[in-house]
This record gives sequence, C-alpha cells and structure tokens, in this order.
Amino acid sequence: MEQDWIWGLVGGLMIGAAAGLYLLVNGRIMGASGILGGLVDGTGRREGAERLAFLVGVIAVPPILVPLYTVVDTHITSNAVVIVLAGLLVGVGTRIANGCTSGHGVCGMSRFSLRGFVATVFYLLGGGLALVLGRHVLGVI
Amino acid sequence: MRNLFAFIAGGLFGAGLLVSGMVDTTKVQGWLDVFGAWDPTLAFVMGGAVVPMVFVWRLADRRGRAVLGDPIPRPQPPLVDRNLVVGSLLFGAGWGIAGLCPGPALAQLSFGGWQGALFVAAMVAGMAVAPSLRGLLDRVDRPMPQQDA
Repeated sequence: MEQDWIWGLVGGLMIGAAAGLYLLVNGRIMGASGILGGLVDGTGRREGAERLAFLVGVIAVPPILVPLYTVVDTHITSNAVVIVLAGLLVGVGTRIANGCTSGHGVCGMSRFSLRGFVATVFYLLGGGLALVLGRHVLGVI
Repeated sequence: MRNLFAFIAGGLFGAGLLVSGMVDTTKVQGWLDVFGAWDPTLAFVMGGAVVPMVFVWRLADRRGRAVLGDPIPRPQPPLVDRNLVVGSLLFGAGWGIAGLCPGPALAQLSFGGWQGALFVAAMVAGMAVAPSLRGLLDRVDRPMPQQDA
C-alpha cells in the first residue's frame, strides 16, 4: 500500500511518455475516447489504421505484463445495471465533451488549455458527486 | 511506420495504466470518495504524465511538425461551451460509479472478466449514440429567432 504512489508515479511517467511519443512522432493528441470514438462513429475513418494500431497496443500489451503481478484485480462491481449505466455515461459524455482523462486531462492541461482544465474540473465534480451519492446516500455502489 | 509508432504508443499507454494501478477501480473511486478512505494515487499518476508533457508540448510547438511530417495540432480556442461542461459531468458520473475511464477500460479488457467487457460494450454503444444526442442537445438549446420590433 505504501508503495502505491511510487507505482502511480512510474505508471504516470509511462503514460506521459506514450502521449509524448504519439505527439512528437505521429503529430496526434493521445486521447483514448477520441481515438476509439472516431472509429465508432466513423468521423475518424481516414486515419482508421493508425487508430486501430493504437487501440491494439492498449488492449494487447497489458496482458503481457500481468504475469509479473501476483494478483491483478480491477475490483469492478458485478452489478450489471451499474456497469451498463456507467459505460453509457462514459461513452456519451466523453464524446459530447470531446475528450476524457487522457485527452483533456493529460494532453490538455499540459498545454495549459482552458478547455482541458474546465473539463477536468467538471469530470472530477461529476465523479465525486455520483460516487458520494451512490455510495453514501443510496448505498448501491 | 505511423501504425508501428501508434502501436508502440498505445502499448506504452496501456502498460502505464496497468503499472499505475488505474485499472483498479478501487484506486479511482478511492480518489473520488472524499468521505471515505481517501487514496491520493491518481494525483501522482496525473502529475507523472502531465509534467513531462509540458516540456513535450514546448518542443512540439517550437518544431511545428511531427517527426513523420504531420503538423502539430493547433491549440483549441479557449472556448468553454455547454457541451464541454455537460459532457464532462456525464462522463465523470459514469467514471465515478464504475471507476473506469476509456483508457483503463480498454487496458483491462484482457483480464477484467465479463464485467469489464460489459463496461466496454456499453461505452462503445454510448459513443455510437453520442452524435445524435449531441444533435438533440443542440436543437433543444437553439436560441429562438430574434424578433425585431
């Protein structure tokens, strides 16, 4: 538990390196929701292969590292209603806001983009309110 | 070439999400739950990613072009509109109740069980209907035509 923040920092640096590589080499902003969403709604069909290659990396590389850990557990709820509701909200919200934690958060704030900061304030606010309401008021999470 | 580097960047991103613990929903919810056992890990992850990116952006903006020739994307105008605020609130609410955002949701797909797969399916469905919902929002909110006296 005490080392969690160190691994957080190490992983964060890796995420920053990934974003830096994608920007400096490919000239693209590394936003997970935008890369996936552009394939889903067809707006990013032109750079489809590049988007797909990125997504294959995100999905296929973590399982290579999983054996290094004794336990990898996402601790996600098994309440299917909560999962579906949450997934729909994340999908709709990130596309309407045009970005998520990686695009607005990592890439936006590091460029001192006003939109990046505003998005981050509101998704933290939405997340905090929904969690406190669901866990401490309704007791369903 | 572009696809190879996109794959490497994606792989590094996914590995970073695993190493940092962001695929663990209790870490994310522990950060958001200010009334529970508060977990500061997310701040270290965000800091570790944002600080080096500040310097990368400086370099990128100075060069103007990426290594493979594409122009560096121009900064967005500092426009805060309803879609940015409403969309972020909705996204945050989903992130809070499940503890997954789009990157970690993809990174955990291979080991996250049926729950993780169901989340990704619902997220993709949400992304598919988002353009029509956005259109609906725009119609509802369109100002009435100005009537000149």
